[in-house]
Amino acid sequence: MFTSPHGKGGKQDKMKLLTHNMLTSNIIKTVTNGYPLKIVPTQVEVKTVDFNPEFISRMLPKIDWPALCQAAQSVGHGEGLPEALTEKYEEDEMLLKKVHHVLMQVEVLEGNLVCPETGRQFPISSGIPNMLLNEDEV
Amino acid sequence: MAVKRSRLHLKELESYLEDVDVFDTPKILLEQYTTTPHIAACILHMIHTNFDDIHNQTVADLGCGCGVLGIGAKMLGACHVVGIDIDTDALDVCRRNVQDFELDLDLIQMDATEMCQEIRENSFDTVIMNPPFGTKKNQGIDMKFIQAGLHLARTAVYSLHKTSTRAHIEKKAKDYKVHMEVLAELKFNLDNTYKCHKQKSVDIQVDLIRFSFK
Ligand SMILES: C[S@@+](CC[C@H](N)C(=O)[O-])C[C@H]1O[C@@H](n2cnc3c(N)ncnc32)[C@H](O)[C@@H]1O
Repeated sequence: MFTSPHGKGGKQDKMKLLTHNMLTSNIIKTVTNGYPLKIVPTQVEVKTVDFNPEFISRMLPKIDWPALCQAAQSVGHGEGLPEALTEKYEEDEMLLKKVHHVLMQVEVLEGNLVCPETGRQFPISSGIPNMLLNEDEV
Repeated sequence: MAVKRSRLHLKELESYLEDVDVFDTPKILLEQYTTTPHIAACILHMIHTNFDDIHNQTVADLGCGCGVLGIGAKMLGACHVVGIDIDTDALDVCRRNVQDFELDLDLIQMDATEMCQEIRENSFDTVIMNPPFGTKKNQGIDMKFIQAGLHLARTAVYSLHKTSTRAHIEKKAKDYKVHMEVLAELKFNLDNTYKCHKQKSVDIQVDLIRFSFK
């Protein structure tokens, strides 16, 4: 069996908050921003992924911080995240570890993503968010 | 501390990818043929060694199907891989593959023809894909995949296209103001994909193209 050099995969595949941070519903025709999508989880899991501080430092400026904080809170892992990023985050190992945890280790297995403007739900089942829309929605 | 590049050899990668399950019943309309383990390994290895666009990078596999490209990218040390496909059945096979390999990939069900606008621009370093060729009912879908890839990628998009469409793609690349380079010419054999295939054995000449930003 192949074991990834970057952490051990769990038995189930799930959606990371890193992936959630990228998703938006602004394609819906009445929606202007559509970001961030709310997470209404019914099943959340935590897996162990090897800590890669260089990767986390490199990702941080690309992450939408308020969206990550909101997402982390909604899955019950928001504690200890500062409201805003400090400038020298690369040197703050505690912070990088915390961010690693919420970005890479906390995952949603079942639940819904919800458009903040229309309330349109995108179901997550077996860890896969279904972002398909009907033709009349776009 | 620099993380070392993955030392996985080409042959090893190929033999791992041979264990990736393929479509149960491929859908012709979605052009569900898989990249063979041999071709997938060659492509990924080339991207990895010549451009270093996989290791420690975030990678999207657009139209991931059973996931052979994304799974291979993960094996070569990508930090975060997301497979995107429109089809529930394909994603089911892909999810099983990811689990069997005990890898860590995320999957999203999404229509790439909407330019993947439900994912924010520049969300990935690298996009690697084997999109539908855009035959018959799907005309133009290959170009839509390229546009979606360019929307998602910060560094480069790697994609497979019929060699016969090269001139057309070159023109489009100019329109999109991106740099385009043909990295390799490959032969695809789709005979075994669809059971109802009546034609004689035909090889399709395919280009591996790298799009990057000027
Ligand atoms: C040629 S197959 C490649 C599969 C896989 N990437 C591989 O290399 O083996 C094309 C894939 O694109 C998917 N696809 C077709 N139309 C799509 C669309 N509009 N949006 C997203 N995926 C699509 C199909 O389901 C299929 O899995």
